Amino acid sequence: MKTLAKKYQPYIWLAAFGVATIVSFSLGFDPGKTVFTNFRVSVFELLSFVPFIFIIVGLFDVWVPKEKIQKHLGKDSGVKGMFLVVLLAMLQAGPLYGAFPVAYVLHKKGTSVRNIFIYLGAFSSMKIPMLGIEIGYLGVEFTLARTLISLPLFIAIGLLMERYLKGTEFEVMNPGEKPSAPAQANLQPAGGK
Amino acid sequence: MSSNAIIFISLAAVLSAVSFFLDRDKTVAGFKKGWQMFRKMLLPLLNILIIVSVALYAIPPSAIDEYLGAGSGIGGFFVAAVVGSIAFIPPFISYPIASGLLQQGATYAVVATFMTTLIMVGIVTLPLEIQYLGRRAAIARNVLNFFAAIIVGLAIGVVL
Repeated sequence: MKTLAKKYQPYIWLAAFGVATIVSFSLGFDPGKTVFTNFRVSVFELLSFVPFIFIIVGLFDVWVPKEKIQKHLGKDSGVKGMFLVVLLAMLQAGPLYGAFPVAYVLHKKGTSVRNIFIYLGAFSSMKIPMLGIEIGYLGVEFTLARTLISLPLFIAIGLLMERYLKGTEFEVMNPGEKPSAPAQANLQPAGGK
Repeated sequence: MSSNAIIFISLAAVLSAVSFFLDRDKTVAGFKKGWQMFRKMLLPLLNILIIVSVALYAIPPSAIDEYLGAGSGIGGFFVAAVVGSIAFIPPFISYPIASGLLQQGATYAVVATFMTTLIMVGIVTLPLEIQYLGRRAAIARNVLNFFAAIIVGLAIGVVL
């Protein structure tokens, strides 16, 4: 019983909304009808383009070799490193806290401090799946303007952080890992994709 | 059908065809990957659409216009930046909210500030971030991103 409740718990809002909508329609409760109309329009809008974005994202995922990119992000990687780290970030998906485990992996592989913060910046706001949805909802102009304005700021933040942390012993840590067992580093964190 | 839908459907079709031509197995793997990602975000997205649908009905456009519209001035920016920094909304599902705010009269600049702080500054996730980056770097990153977000918002206000 408990497991059943747990299994269906994520659907509780949807179910409650369904019931409220049916009640609204059978009683002729106008606010309920209006809310449902708003909902229906949004769902159709969503289904008209979001699934196709995920087809594109899935294809990118299998065709672009992320592991190869990771090798070219070190201290002397310069502009090419910055370009690659932005590209790498764009190919990810998920919320920002999913980027920290990846930042840890990058740090272990020798990525420069600058590139780690550029990665976090680009990850937070230039991921391809997100850009797709952003274009769908807010338009190409908005998305393009926001991205092009953000990018130089991320690079600036990367440079500032590098300077700010110079001389300190900056490390990206992995909270899930015991310091005594560095050999068992988790190189494929769950939140990475 | 919106032009967005046409763009994404055509792009998906072309890329799928090319990919299929090059490597059938990889293409299927890509579809599976995409489907998994879509499935993962569908439910939270539907939930937020419910909230947005209710909010569109319940919050009068005049209120949005007053607090986040053209006349809201610095106050609107402040509200957007603070709410965006604190709120913990996955980026995917923040777009319907942003789009709703725009429809109800919020300015592009304010919405951009909200979106940018939302995705770049994380007060709620700061403890987690400190565990990875250390206190000094995590706080510096959030402070710098907060100002960057305001710059982005202002610049978008000028451009759009």
